[in-house]
Amino acid sequence: MTQSGGAAVLETSELTAFYGDFQALFGITFALGEGETVAIIGANGAGKSTFLKTIAGLLPRPAAAVRLDGHDIGALPAFEIVKLGVALVPEGRRLFPSLSVEENLLVGAYGRRVDGPWSLATIYKLFPVLRERRHAPSTSLSGGQQQMVAIGRSLMSNPRILLCDELSLGLAPIVIRDIYAALADIKARGTSVVLVEQDLVHAMSVADRAYCFQEGRVTLTGRPQDLTRDAIHAAYFGI
Amino acid sequence: MLGWVDTLLQGILLGGLYSLYATGLSVIFGIMRLVNLAHGDLIVLAAFLMLALAAIGVPVVLAVAVVVPLMFAAGYALQSVLLNRALGRNILPPLLITFGLSIIVQNGLLETFSADTRRLDVGHLQSASLPLGGGIAVGLMPLICLAAAVGVIMLLNGVFYRTALGRAFRATSDDVEIAQLMGINNKSIYAVTMGIALAVCAIAGLFLGARANFDPSIGPARLLYAFEAVIIGGLGSLWGTLAGGIVVGLAQTIGAHIDPEWQILSGHVAFLIVLVIRPRGLFPRAVD
Repeated sequence: MTQSGGAAVLETSELTAFYGDFQALFGITFALGEGETVAIIGANGAGKSTFLKTIAGLLPRPAAAVRLDGHDIGALPAFEIVKLGVALVPEGRRLFPSLSVEENLLVGAYGRRVDGPWSLATIYKLFPVLRERRHAPSTSLSGGQQQMVAIGRSLMSNPRILLCDELSLGLAPIVIRDIYAALADIKARGTSVVLVEQDLVHAMSVADRAYCFQEGRVTLTGRPQDLTRDAIHAAYFGI
Repeated sequence: MLGWVDTLLQGILLGGLYSLYATGLSVIFGIMRLVNLAHGDLIVLAAFLMLALAAIGVPVVLAVAVVVPLMFAAGYALQSVLLNRALGRNILPPLLITFGLSIIVQNGLLETFSADTRRLDVGHLQSASLPLGGGIAVGLMPLICLAAAVGVIMLLNGVFYRTALGRAFRATSDDVEIAQLMGINNKSIYAVTMGIALAVCAIAGLFLGARANFDPSIGPARLLYAFEAVIIGGLGSLWGTLAGGIVVGLAQTIGAHIDPEWQILSGHVAFLIVLVIRPRGLFPRAVD
């Protein structure tokens, strides 16, 4: 089910994930509508990042458990998923340290298969500070600037669906505000967004719907305005 | 005095050969953290392939033009069929596979070509030299070898630092998981990497065979020199690998100049000294 009630672009059904013998996800059923922004909240270890990694193809999953436009994509490797228009901004930025800022962005276009709004020029327009630092080693940037590069790098493939893992992690509040302002611009271009966040306030302020995860299961779902503090609290901690 | 100048020149030229041995090793270690214990034997294999072509009347230049792409294809196949399956968190399986490959190549060559020492015939180039004045002359073949080493490194650096494919190589080397998120198929990058490494092995095989006698058993010693050159130069830098090769070459010729028995030993001693003084090599990559 999506907000508009229309067909979902991205769906998972009974999605499971394992790290060796350890089961991290226990049957997640999830849907994302066209242009929708969905937040996934939950405590550490709830399986939020695992969920995104599983969709992106970094972890093995049942072939029919992930569908894009109704097609099963669960058997595809990560480098094929991004070509279908699903890009992941990984937790902790994970820039390529031996590449410059601009090279990091360019490498993001390696898997581009569709034309779209994003290019070096439009990324620099979204994050003007990156243009000034474009020849700098990516390791020399501040945390916020690195997050901008990580977002820009993922946008370079012109994704229809952007999966964002902990955008606000380790950043100053003023920087988080800038990042979320950019996210609004990205959404305005029609990109659907899945947002994994610890920062509840920010996540709820931009999300159309939210899923709360606890120990690998969905414990609560709904529109932010319909979710009470107590319900979220209970879904978060299972108390 | 003149003897020393000559010794230094010869050392640098020998370093060119060792750099060629080492470049392929440096590339595969840099991009996939894989140590290929069969590297030296593959260089010897390339030399034997050229020898076999020469035996049926193929000119050396043409033999090189055949063997280089052949070795590229062999490297691509070796990586995609065998080594990609063994790559993972544990570094031991690929190490064991290449160790086994080393034994197979050595014995296969022994079986096919016997243990006789051979030499590639490069005609008048074999003995041609370039007089530098003052009674010093350098052999044309060693000079071409050094030029080839520099040329190969310039070409590879051009690919790695100026092309989209090169960016993909460096990104894969940095963080293979994130590289896949960018649409990079790391396994095909690895296959191309091994192909490039073996193509460089083929070039190294030409100069190995043209410069000195070879037989199926000398691969492991070439691997050792190549290793030393890579470590001395610092992991991840091809110019460092060139410098490392020259350090080993210089050390060997200087050692031999003092006492011919010291040639091999002084190369190893120089390697140990560099390890003690600069454990990360002379030109380590800034970021690791």
